[in-house]
Amino acid sequence: MRKDSNLDVLTKGILKENPVLVLILGTCPTLATTGTVDGAVGMGLAALAVLLCSNVFISLLRNIIPETMRIPCYIVIIAGFVTIVKLFVQAYLPDLYATLGVYLDLITVNCIILGRAEMFASKNPVVKSALDGIGMGIGFTIALTAMAIVREVLGNATFAGNSIAFLEPYKISFLTKAPGGLLVYGLLIALVYVITKGKAPLKKSFSCAGCPNAATCHTACTEKGDEQ
Amino acid sequence: MFKTLIIILLSSVFVDNYVLSRFLGICPFLGVSKKLDQATGMGIAVTAVMLLACAVTWPIQYFVLNALNMGYMQNIVFILVIAALVQMLELLLKKFSPSLHKGLGVYLPLITTNCAVLGVAINNINDGFTFIESIVSALGVGLGFLLAMVLFSGLRTRIHDANVPAPFRGLPVTLIAASFISLAFMGFGGIVENIFK
Repeated sequence: MRKDSNLDVLTKGILKENPVLVLILGTCPTLATTGTVDGAVGMGLAALAVLLCSNVFISLLRNIIPETMRIPCYIVIIAGFVTIVKLFVQAYLPDLYATLGVYLDLITVNCIILGRAEMFASKNPVVKSALDGIGMGIGFTIALTAMAIVREVLGNATFAGNSIAFLEPYKISFLTKAPGGLLVYGLLIALVYVITKGKAPLKKSFSCAGCPNAATCHTACTEKGDEQ
Repeated sequence: MFKTLIIILLSSVFVDNYVLSRFLGICPFLGVSKKLDQATGMGIAVTAVMLLACAVTWPIQYFVLNALNMGYMQNIVFILVIAALVQMLELLLKKFSPSLHKGLGVYLPLITTNCAVLGVAINNINDGFTFIESIVSALGVGLGFLLAMVLFSGLRTRIHDANVPAPFRGLPVTLIAASFISLAFMGFGGIVENIFK
């Protein structure tokens, strides 16, 4: 493991190892909640809160949790924090609760959170894990917001609910629907490839290597051949 | 009664396809759809796990959580139950049917944290389905997943041989192809409700 300064740990999640656009984790909420800017920001911040808490907690317990039982332990910890966040959102932000719906529950199985627990928090001290959680959470929020801006402005001619009059006649309404999400996501990843001049580890992360379950499943990936 | 079940089944296969219109289970959809046999295996495994998960979580919700007034524990209990169920299923298959384990078992660990499985369990409760309805809905969602996987694996073998511009190689072109399949599935919107009018 290379030595990273605290600043590196914080900032790498934002661009260099952006969970959505470079590591390709957490695709489901990325596609599902980016139809509106409000939903995307809410989803990003909710995931940030869960990620920060679970990273800190798992890092505190990293010497207590037995190796073989670690995945179920992580899942229980994450599910606990998701429930807390969900109850908070339900109580104080009912509009957001209605927008996100079942996807709020599904933060439990968001690959980013389990992935960071497995790849980072279980091996690093508390402060670094907290910074990693914040960095990854911000990276997730930024990527979601960027996608939502494209989809909402071009698809619905509004920004965070405010109408943009001059775009009204030109709106491409399919962008706010399901196919638009997949299309915009594909275009954004291609854009990141162009910006980083192909340095982003795109090819590798697409296979099982980017999946947090890779640790528990060797067979499905290696034996059956996952060559690109 | 029978009509409702058919409507639930057809709409969860075509209209509300979990992968293509609700974006649940995208990871296995993109990860394991490179070859037809893998895609079929994964699809069948997911269908089986969904059926089992819904058959188990529905009674838990209504007879345990609601009875104890602990509805807020839904998330934690469901994910634990599903994870334990998948592990048990894998052990049983390994012991009693090694050949089936070889075909399907390898996909089981991947399903533990599949959001489509947790999603269908929670959605069935949120939609207020009865036990039979939620089993049918789980079957429909599973078949819809299988259908999407099989269709998409066919498309991907074509993409694999195509000459794609460098920035789009790999994931981007796959996502754009998925977008077109999803666009095709949008055409099913409204059909199912009108069949039985």
